[in-house]
Amino acid sequence: MTTILTASGSREFIFDLLQMTTSTKTFDVAVIGAGIVGAACAASLAREGLHVVIVESKNVASGATAAGMGHIVVMDDSDAQFALTQYSQTLWNELVPELPTLAEFENCGTIWVAADDEEMNEVRRKHDLYSSRGLNSEILDERSLRNAEPNLREGLAGGLLVRGDSVVYQLFATRYLIETAKQNGSVLRTGRRVLEITDDGVKLDNGERILSKLIVNAAGFAAADLSPGLVIAKRKGHLIITERYPNFVRHQLVELGYLRSAHGTSSESVAFNVQPRGTGQLLLGSSRQFGAETDEIDHNIVRRMTSRAFEFMAGLRSLSVTRVWTGFRPATPDNLPYIGKLPDSENVYVAAGHEGLGITTSIGTAELITDTILGRETAIPIDPYLPGRRTDTH
Amino acid sequence: MNKTSCEVLIVGGGAAGLSAAAAASKTARVLIADDNPNLGGQIWRAELGKTKSPQALELIKSIGSGKVQVMNNAQIFAASGTNCLLAETPEGRIELEYEKLIIATGARERFLPFPGWTLPGVFGAGGLQALVKGGLSVAGKRIVVSGTGPLLFAVADYLKNKGAIVAAIAEQATSFNIRRFGLHLLARPSKLAQAITIRSRLLNIPYLTGCWVTKAIGDEKLTAVTLVSGGRSWDVECDFLACGFHLVPNTELASILGCRIDNGYVAVDEFQRTSANGIYCAGEPTGMAGVESSLAEGKIAGLAATGQSETARSLFAERDRARGFGNALNDAFALRNELKTLAQPDTIVCRCEDVTYGRLSEFDNSREAKLQTRCGMGSCQGRVCGAANEFLFGWKPGTVRPPIFPVRMEEL
Ligand SMILES: Cc1cc2nc3c(=O)[nH]c(=O)nc-3n(C[C@H](O)[C@H](O)[C@H](O)COP(=O)(O)OP(=O)(O)OC[C@H]3O[C@@H](n4cnc5c(N)ncnc54)[C@H](O)[C@@H]3O)c2cc1C
Ligand SMILES: Cc1cc2nc3c(=O)[nH]c(=O)nc-3n(C[C@H](O)[C@H](O)[C@H](O)COP(=O)(O)OP(=O)(O)OC[C@H]3O[C@@H](n4cnc5c(N)ncnc54)[C@H](O)[C@@H]3O)c2cc1C
Repeated sequence: MTTILTASGSREFIFDLLQMTTSTKTFDVAVIGAGIVGAACAASLAREGLHVVIVESKNVASGATAAGMGHIVVMDDSDAQFALTQYSQTLWNELVPELPTLAEFENCGTIWVAADDEEMNEVRRKHDLYSSRGLNSEILDERSLRNAEPNLREGLAGGLLVRGDSVVYQLFATRYLIETAKQNGSVLRTGRRVLEITDDGVKLDNGERILSKLIVNAAGFAAADLSPGLVIAKRKGHLIITERYPNFVRHQLVELGYLRSAHGTSSESVAFNVQPRGTGQLLLGSSRQFGAETDEIDHNIVRRMTSRAFEFMAGLRSLSVTRVWTGFRPATPDNLPYIGKLPDSENVYVAAGHEGLGITTSIGTAELITDTILGRETAIPIDPYLPGRRTDTH
Repeated sequence: MNKTSCEVLIVGGGAAGLSAAAAASKTARVLIADDNPNLGGQIWRAELGKTKSPQALELIKSIGSGKVQVMNNAQIFAASGTNCLLAETPEGRIELEYEKLIIATGARERFLPFPGWTLPGVFGAGGLQALVKGGLSVAGKRIVVSGTGPLLFAVADYLKNKGAIVAAIAEQATSFNIRRFGLHLLARPSKLAQAITIRSRLLNIPYLTGCWVTKAIGDEKLTAVTLVSGGRSWDVECDFLACGFHLVPNTELASILGCRIDNGYVAVDEFQRTSANGIYCAGEPTGMAGVESSLAEGKIAGLAATGQSETARSLFAERDRARGFGNALNDAFALRNELKTLAQPDTIVCRCEDVTYGRLSEFDNSREAKLQTRCGMGSCQGRVCGAANEFLFGWKPGTVRPPIFPVRMEEL
C-alpha cells in the first residue's frame, strides 16, 4: 500500500485508519429498533453498565409505538400473558417517581364494562382470578358504575374496576427511556437500517458494520425479516382522538365483549374502548384486522367503532374529532411476545411481537432480557416467551 | 345516510371553483360544495350580490342558470373509498359521489411567530378584514399593517375606509424589489390601475419598505409594536396589528386523496390534472398567482374534466401569463431571512399545544417534533404552526390525516 501513497492518497489512507479505529470498537449489545421495547431494553442494559448501541432505521418511537394507545393494563388471556402484564404493571409503578411529567402517567385505573348478566359472570370470574394472583379489583354494580362514569348509559349491568392500571403518553416514555440509556453511556444511531445480523455485530444499509458481542432484535414486526424462524403478522388498528373534554371519562373503559372480539378468530373486529388522556382529550379504540397491509383508513371500520361506542356512551356523538389514524400491532401466532435467546444462535436475543400490549409489557420484557443476558434468575419464568417455543398450538 | 351524486364535483366556491363550474356545467351535471354560507371565496364572498366585479357577476349568472347544484356550509373532511367524499353540513354528514373531482380549496394566511404574536389585538391581515366585515368596529383605532405583498395595501385601504387610523404599513420587502415588480405591472394594465387607485387613497399613510415588526408589546392586550428598518428600531403605539406574510395553499384534501405535492403545492399538468386519476386542481393550491390565474386555471380544469380539451388548450397562454405575474410577485415579496430570527426560545410557535420555539429547535424534522412535543396535534391540526415551521426550520409538513377539519364524532 505504501507504494501508491500520494500526497492526497495518504490523507485518505489515514482517514480510513481513523474510521477503522472508531468502528472497530466493540459494543456489548446492539439493540435494533428504538420503539418502546428497544428503548426499554437499552435503558435496562445500560443501567447495568453494559455498553449499548441502539440502531433505528427511522426516528425514536415512530413505529407501532407512535400509533398505540398507552394503556398499561393487566390482561388474563393466558397465564403467561397475565404474568408478564402483572409484572410489567409493578415495574411501571416503580418507575413513576422517575418519569418526567411530560410522560403524563395517570393511574386512572381500568373499568371492564359489563353490558348484561352474562358479562357480570365474567366480571366475577375475573375478580376471583385477579384476587388469587394478588391483584386488587372491585366489582361495580349498575349504580356504582354510573357514579364512577356518569357519561355511560343507564342500564349497563356493572363492571370490574382495576385500580392498578394506568395510562401513559408512550412517546414521551420512550424518549425518556432512550435518554436514560444515553445517560448511562449508550449510543443512538437513527436513520440507519440494519440489513443483516452477523456473528460479530450488525451490517447497516450504508455498508457500515457495527461490532457488538450481543444483539437484541427489537425491530417490531420487522424482527422476523432479520431473524428467520420468527412469525410476526401485522394486526391493524384504527384510533380516533377528540379535542379536549376533561373529566368526560375518568377511567380507561373497555367493554368486556372486547375479550371475545379481540381474540376471536374472525379477521375483523371492533370493541368499545375509550381512554382519557392527560391533556383532556379522549382516545377511542379499537379495531383489529388481519390481512390489511396498507395504513389507509377504512371508513366502514371507523363507523363500526363509533356506533359501538355510542351504544355505551351516547354523549360521544357530539364531541369534536381532530384525527383518525391506523397502526399495526406486531402479532405472533399464540398472542405472546418473543422474549429471549434465539435458538441455535450464540449472540442473538429477540424482544418483539408484543401485539396490542407492547407499551405495557416493554418494561417487563427489558428486565427478562437483561436478567438472561447477565445470567441471573428472571423474576417470572421466561419459558412461555422463548423464541424457540412452539407457537402453533395455543 | 344522505348521499348525492354528480358527474363533476368541485370543492371550493372561490374564483377558481366558480370558473370551473361555469365551464364544466355546459356539458355535465356539476355540484359545487363550499364551507361558507355564500359563494365567492376569499375576495368576493362578503359582497357577492353587491359586487361590482364584472367577472364575478358573470360567473354567478352562468351558475344560476346552468346545471350547477350549489351546496353551501358543506365542509369536506375526508374521503370514503374511491370517488366519494364526506361533507359535514348543518343537516349532518353527506356522501358526495363523483366521476371527476376538481379541487379548488384556495389558501389561508401564513402566520410567523415573533415575541408577542399571541397577544389579543394581533391578527392576520385577512382575518382582521374578515372580522370587520363581520361587524367589528375599528373606527378611531390605531392599526399597524405589517408583512408583505399587495394584500397589505388592500387591507390598509379597507381599514381606513372603515374609519381606522392606519399608523403605518410595514413592508418587509426592499423598495428595490418592489420597484422591479412595479415595472412588471406595466405589462398588466388592469393590475396597475388597481394598484394606482389604491395607492393614491393611502397617500397619508407612511409606507415603510424594508421594515418589519420584531415584537408586539402589551400586558393583557396589544399596546404597541416595535418596528425595525435599516438597523434602526422604534416603537409605534397601536390597538391592532394586522400581519400578512403570504398565503399557505390548502393542500390537505389533495394530500389525503393521494395527489402528488411538490414543494408545498399540488402538482398539476397543463390540463390542471393532478397525479391522481380523475382529480383536477385549480387556483391557489397549485401556486399563489392571484385571482386571474385562479379564474383561468378553474376554466381549464372545468373544460378538461368534461372532455373539452381543445377549448381548454386555447386558454393555456392566458393562464401562463397570469401565472407569470404571480411568480414575479412571489419573487419581489420573498420573505427575508431576518424574519426567521425573530422568535425567541420562549416564543410560542404552536398555540394549540403551547409549544415554544426553544423546544422545537431540539428536533430535526417535523414528525419527530410532532410526536415528542405535540406540535401540530391540536385542534388547528397544524394549519398554523406547520407553515411557520416550514419557514423557520425548513421542515416538510407531516402526513395529512383525516378528518382534515375537526368534525363531530357522529359525522365521521
Ligand atoms: C391501535 C393500537 C393500539 C394499541 N394500544 C396499546 C395499549 O393501549 N397498550 C399497550 O400496551 N400496547 C398497545 N399497542 C401495542 C403497542 O403499540 C406495540 O406492541 C408496541 O409499540 C410495540 O413496540 P416495539 O418497540 O416492539 O415496535 P415498534 O414501535 O414498531 O418499534 C420497532 C422499531 O424498529 C425499527 N426497525 C425496524 N426494522 C429495523 C431495521 N432493520 N433496522 C433498524 N431499525 C428497524 C422501526 O423503525 C421501529 O421504530 C397498540 C397498538 C396499536 C397499533
Ligand atoms: C385572508 C385572505 C384575504 C385575501 N384578500 C384578497 C384581496 O383583498 N384581494 C385579492 O385580490 N386577493 C385576496 N386574496 C387572495 C385570493 O384568495 C385569490 O386572489 C383568489 O381569490 C383565489 O381564488 P381561489 O378560488 O383559488 O381560492 P379561494 O377564494 O380561497 O376559494 C376557496 C374556497 O374553498 C373553500 N374551501 C376550502 N377547503 C374546503 C373544504 N375542505 N370543504 C369545503 N370548502 C372548502 C374555502 O372556504 C373558499 O371558499 C386573499 C386571500 C386570503 C387567504
